[in-house]
Amino acid sequence: MKALAFLAALAVSSAALAQDAAKEIQRYREMIAEGSPAELFELEGETLWKKPQGPRNVSLEKCDLGRGPGVLKGAYAGLPRYFKDADRVMDLETRLLYCMTALQGRTREEAAGRVFGTADKPSEMESLSAYIAAQSRGMKLEPGMSHPKEKQSFELGRALFFQRTGAWDFSCASCHGQEGVRIRMQELPVLYKPQSARPVMASWPAYRVSTSQFVTLQWRMNDCFRQMRTPEPTFGSETTAALIHFLTVTARDETYNGPGIKR
Amino acid sequence: MNSIRRALVAALMLTLVKPLSALAAWNKEAFGAKSAGDALKNLGVGNATPTAELSVEVPQIAENGAVVPIEISSAIPGTTALIVVIDKNPFPLISRFDFKEGALPFVKVNVKMSETSDIRVLAEAAGKYYVTTREVKVTIGGCGG
Amino acid sequence: MRATLGQGVTEIRVLMTHPMETGQRKDSEGKIVPMHFIQNLTVKVNGKAVIEAQTSQAVSRNPVFSFRLKGGAKGDKIEVSWLDNHGDSNSTEATVA
Repeated sequence: MKALAFLAALAVSSAALAQDAAKEIQRYREMIAEGSPAELFELEGETLWKKPQGPRNVSLEKCDLGRGPGVLKGAYAGLPRYFKDADRVMDLETRLLYCMTALQGRTREEAAGRVFGTADKPSEMESLSAYIAAQSRGMKLEPGMSHPKEKQSFELGRALFFQRTGAWDFSCASCHGQEGVRIRMQELPVLYKPQSARPVMASWPAYRVSTSQFVTLQWRMNDCFRQMRTPEPTFGSETTAALIHFLTVTARDETYNGPGIKR
Repeated sequence: MNSIRRALVAALMLTLVKPLSALAAWNKEAFGAKSAGDALKNLGVGNATPTAELSVEVPQIAENGAVVPIEISSAIPGTTALIVVIDKNPFPLISRFDFKEGALPFVKVNVKMSETSDIRVLAEAAGKYYVTTREVKVTIGGCGG
Repeated sequence: MRATLGQGVTEIRVLMTHPMETGQRKDSEGKIVPMHFIQNLTVKVNGKAVIEAQTSQAVSRNPVFSFRLKGGAKGDKIEVSWLDNHGDSNSTEATVA
């Protein structure tokens, strides 16, 4: 009996230790959130939004992100959604690329030439994402769900989430499909479950302290594919937009509080 | 949350401007010291008394040693300086803040830790030194190596 | 930088873009990136220095500092400047709202 009690006590105390670790990591995250360098990227994004560029020498200020040309308040919270002029579902970055080519007259090659930046030099997409996402802070995530193409995009995203592929036969669900899974110290959220997806989608895009870079959802999709040893997805492709759409719909109604800050 | 309103910031982008006079003091010996003891000696810091009046808020676990937030506030009357030392860093002296009339002995800063270590914060008040120590566990070292 | 009053204390938060290189990091070609970091920080209120700081390469990249000033009145000018080990410097200022 004594031995059993001792083992039970050990089991309880190691569970308690794991709980403490999770609490302390949460405290770390709260402490670094105060004074996030994400704000530097928001300011840069505002400058880029207003900067005339491309052969037509116009700014992006007439770009329609879903709430009307130039309307930024709440725009991010309404993405991804279907856009009639492009006749497809687009997430923020895909839509920005569209406006860069359609409004500013830039080539896709040039506008998408450097979509992921470095610590010393963020990309246009990263800064613009920070600025535009910030205009939806405090609003509920309401991605498009009514148009037939939006429904298709959601279904495609869901199918892709569980589709095993690539050199390691991984799917998103391989890492994000079961409770209690970790990479080093980071717990992996089960992203097809609303209660796990919500806090995640409410904080992207975000500043990542470990690389001093501002990271976006298109970057996250790209990097997950890389980590799964799956071929690199095209920026703004139907695949990436569908995955982002699936995740956002899973998290819908959550109050957006980004841009966030991460390890 | 609290009555002190926080204010935000404009970017201080790194631009080349005319260099300030190099008269700004920077204690090379202290910052170059490889042990906390040597660093403090070079700063002229004498024996420090442990105190409960020096509040040091740090997370117990830092997910990434490259950014460890520290919030320091001294309730010791007449505090004129705060010194931060991280024992196990390659160069333990992290910073020294001198406060003149008009400033409160308070600072929040993010620092790099190379591994799990004690953080020691010293306060100087009326020529005497006081210390508070906190341990921070680091899961990934933050110095770049 | 904006600074505002509350209960007789003005808190200022400053973000700086600076690599704060430790001299221990290797670049993508395996070469050591040389030390490049802010060594001195000065906070002035209406032209008078109230905080002087000496910092090392162990302060995080893109540093964020928070300081607190006693009292302060609307219209007070606050200036934060820094100097790094290359001799480069920068500053920003704000008026207490």
